Amino acid sequence: MEVKGKQSQEKKQGVLKRIAGPVVTAVNLDAHMYDVVKVGKEELMGEVIKIEGANVIIQVYEDTSGIRPGEPVSNTGLSLAVELGPGLLTSIYDGIQRPLSVLVDKMGNFIERGVSAPGLSHEKKWTFKPVVKTGQKIEPGAILGEVQETNIVHKVMLPPNAKPGTVKTIKSGDFTVDEIICVLEDGREYPMIQRWPVRVPRPVKEKLNPTIPLITGQRILDGLFPIAKGGTAAIPGPFGSGKTVTQQQLAKWSDAEIVVYIGCGERGNEMTEVLTEFPHLEDPKSGKPLMERTVLIANTSNMPVAAREASVYTGITIAEYFRDMGYDVSLMADSTSRWAEAMREISSRLEEMPGEEGYPAYLAARLSEFYERAGLVTALNGAGGSVSVIGAVSPPGGDFSEPVTQNTLRIVKVFWALDAKLSQRRHFPAINWLNSYSLYLETLQDYYDKEVSPEWNKIRSWAMEVLQKEAELQEIVQLVGSDALPESEQVTIEVARMIREIFLQQNAYDAVDTFCDMTKQYDMMKSIKLFADLAYAAQLAGVSPAQINTVQSKNELPQIKFIKDYKPELAKIEKQMDTEFNTLRSAA
Amino acid sequence: MKEYRTISKIAGPLVFVEKTEPVAYGELVNIVLYDGTIKRGQVLDTSDELVVVQIFETTTGIGRDSGVRFTGETIKMPVGKDMLGRILSGGGKPIDGGPEIIPEKRLDITGAAINPYARGMPADFIQTGISTIDGTNTLVRGQKLPIFSGAGLPHNNVALQIARQAKVPGSTESFAVVFAAMGITKEEANYFMADFERTGALEHAVVFLNLADDPAVERIITPRLALTTAEYLAFELGMHVLVILTDMTNYCEALRQIGAAREEVPGRRGYPGYMYTDLACIYERAGMIKGQKGSVTQIPILTMPGDDITHPIPDLTGYITEGQIVVNRDLHRKGIYPPINVLPSLSRLMNLGIGPGKTREDHKKVSDQMYAGYAEGNDLRGLVAIVGKDALSERDRLLLEFADLFENRFVRQGYDEDRTIEDTLTIGWELLSTLPVEQLTRIDRDLINKYHPKLKSGAKKE
Ligand SMILES: Nc1ncnc2c1ncn2[C@@H]1O[C@H](COP(=O)(O)OP(=O)(O)OP(=O)(O)O)[C@@H](O)[C@H]1O
Ligand SMILES: [Mg+2]
Repeated sequence: MEVKGKQSQEKKQGVLKRIAGPVVTAVNLDAHMYDVVKVGKEELMGEVIKIEGANVIIQVYEDTSGIRPGEPVSNTGLSLAVELGPGLLTSIYDGIQRPLSVLVDKMGNFIERGVSAPGLSHEKKWTFKPVVKTGQKIEPGAILGEVQETNIVHKVMLPPNAKPGTVKTIKSGDFTVDEIICVLEDGREYPMIQRWPVRVPRPVKEKLNPTIPLITGQRILDGLFPIAKGGTAAIPGPFGSGKTVTQQQLAKWSDAEIVVYIGCGERGNEMTEVLTEFPHLEDPKSGKPLMERTVLIANTSNMPVAAREASVYTGITIAEYFRDMGYDVSLMADSTSRWAEAMREISSRLEEMPGEEGYPAYLAARLSEFYERAGLVTALNGAGGSVSVIGAVSPPGGDFSEPVTQNTLRIVKVFWALDAKLSQRRHFPAINWLNSYSLYLETLQDYYDKEVSPEWNKIRSWAMEVLQKEAELQEIVQLVGSDALPESEQVTIEVARMIREIFLQQNAYDAVDTFCDMTKQYDMMKSIKLFADLAYAAQLAGVSPAQINTVQSKNELPQIKFIKDYKPELAKIEKQMDTEFNTLRSAA
Repeated sequence: MKEYRTISKIAGPLVFVEKTEPVAYGELVNIVLYDGTIKRGQVLDTSDELVVVQIFETTTGIGRDSGVRFTGETIKMPVGKDMLGRILSGGGKPIDGGPEIIPEKRLDITGAAINPYARGMPADFIQTGISTIDGTNTLVRGQKLPIFSGAGLPHNNVALQIARQAKVPGSTESFAVVFAAMGITKEEANYFMADFERTGALEHAVVFLNLADDPAVERIITPRLALTTAEYLAFELGMHVLVILTDMTNYCEALRQIGAAREEVPGRRGYPGYMYTDLACIYERAGMIKGQKGSVTQIPILTMPGDDITHPIPDLTGYITEGQIVVNRDLHRKGIYPPINVLPSLSRLMNLGIGPGKTREDHKKVSDQMYAGYAEGNDLRGLVAIVGKDALSERDRLLLEFADLFENRFVRQGYDEDRTIEDTLTIGWELLSTLPVEQLTRIDRDLINKYHPKLKSGAKKE
């Protein structure tokens, strides 16, 4: 295959010398860094992570109990790679791309060890339709043909590291992923499958600056702190503050074409939830089950840590592969802290000199290498695709000053800060509007102007100002009570409350409110602004804040969230608002 | 079996053995003392030159002259149906004077991870009879929901009340309780045992007792023995098993002790860096399996050092479990039982277990509305202390009263008071009806009209 072939003929077989948990040492073995090796009689999969004189140090992706010194170790000479080709979509894999459904068939309900299972089915036949012709010159990454995989068309490509060539034969019909579908004039033969080493980014022609938002249907994200397609975001927060729910919301509703969801060292039940829910949910755009565009990687907290370390790379490589076909891919990693902890655990077993809080000194480098694999790109074949990366961070004690959060914030462009105070009072999503930010705001302005409304950018800034002002006023209120504020500021407090409770709060579990398109977001914000304008005017005309608070239509507004065809109702409310304020003003 | 006399070093719970034949990682080890006593341990690190063994008991009496036997297998737990009703030590030996357990199987105590693809989605509402749990932080079958408490707070009573009252309304399936004590005092243990006997719960229970004066390192295996038993009862015998683990803080202390003995680089506050993974390997052993009958539901109890929820023990636990029930000192001082503070409490699986057909259609919304009211009322207490009650608006005054009512009517209940979910929701509506209807923004109109005591049909006649 295409993977770097650097087998040395002599000592492919070595001997185990020491076993200490997931890290083992072998001797008499020729090895290179990151070679995949088979450890012990059961041939557990492992990867070379350090070479020290005659000692080859290996991290093992499965439980090592029962393995003894003296057992054999063999080097495959290959790097840890994933299988890429039709069959990825709707799959659920462990951290090293073993399909969990196949593992259930092979070893039952619990994950035992020593079972290997390829990432793709090698028996299933796919209908391949060529798009290149005999005699055509093709470049690396060229699209050879198409397979209707789910409702998604899978583009079969020449591997990115293959040399250019001329098509001699190209087939059409039903093939397994291993059957040759394309032969070049120089004799090279290609099946649909490619293997790619997970730790190496797939090459692209060009990286571009993101200019289009990833629409998530979540008001606080799209409205206040948007992420661009091809952008990076971090969502740190203490336990129970809503990282997973937010990530799952993005996996469900964001307008990406492909979703890669990595459950990295988190709960088993959460993955089951995705597996049970997604097949029944429809993509708001295509109307097709969400599962059809999804690839899941589940290496839960109680599965081996070394495979957890690998899971993030497995996920991003799959994401890049779909990007190369020209798709917009979004990747969620829940949680990058568990990944960092896996690095820490392995590093401490290697007795490396620890950096901050015991994390290895290369933590920052690994994090930035990972997020750097996101981006809006022109693929080698000229197609435009993107990988957006959203990483959850789980800081100990919810304290953002710890190394994983800090190193992540230095890299990512969007910061959604979860706040335990908000989640405790069930303000969801519990994203703090004062601490969060998006560095894409400016670059996305044009898009909103054209696609949403020329007013959008203005109304967004207005809402942010009100929220900022409220924060200042709240400090005074804490000391003297709200009645002591000047009347106009009492109105501000009320308007801010409306922005928070109507616009920002969004119930992920409500069938309608779970997704809110940009038009509805704009309409909702506009109604709140309408109330604000009427209220300030009324207040100037001598209406007291207490009277303004009696306006009934204001209490109707939250119901809009739960109505699918909200427009007639919203129009009614706005009209009533107008009438009510007119009455108040004429009485004043 | 070959016996080695090549111990080179003993440090804390670790014994270093030299010049052995190849020894397997994780293997069970017997150390034979001069008087024939046998101590058990497990291999932590193995190589040609040196084998490191962690002993599960005190190392008292172990010397360089002690014999070391490697058993060739990992630690196994004999399990069988006749374990129900039995009391075992923290190391799994009967201590109730009864006969040895007749094993039907011997299972590896580490337990393999349930394949996420094989997991069944928890969905059955467990009624505990406690309003703050059933109403606002619902427990479902297969969930892991810990109790976060503090020294001197009545968490044991809460746990016992749950164990006693927990039922799935309408279900007659067989159930069992597995109780594992780690480092609790004899007095506490007696308290649990007396309650189990008083209510006849012991018949359906398997009890593991590692008391305060038992070896600390034994605590490392106690929860694993308990969970191996629970998995056997659940997934092989089809029972619904409730596992109570107390006190996980003592477990973590033992973990720290071993880490220190191994001279590992410590993580936060001296706890090992792998504590998250270690705890996950305990807590994740809860759940259901698709197409199978039984379930394992876990209620681990831990005392937060210094009542600090950000301390690594509650923190890492909260990151793994599916929510937490927080027992609060202020409520306890006010004389409220059970002193559960709902604000930091959470049940993440609540939505799966409630709603029409499970509890009631208005359940979620009532819960949300009460949270909002209580949170706001509770904040206002701070303000009142500064500006006085008179400075409050009418709205705020009502919220303040709501917070008091919530604590006294909804939170407070008797130790033997077993409220149905209907009772709990009725109390909820009673409290909500003290607020103006317009303020109930989290509940749909139809539900308000249907359940609000002042608005529902028939209400006007009274
Ligand atoms: N947008 C939302 N709408 C409604 N409820 C929410 C929302 N976000 C979070 N929640 C509530 O908060 C709970 C905790 O959220 P979640 O599981 O996402 O936390 P987390 O930050 O991932 O925690 P952990 O770090 O422990 O995994 C959920 O079970 C749900 O009840
Ligand atoms: Mg989470």
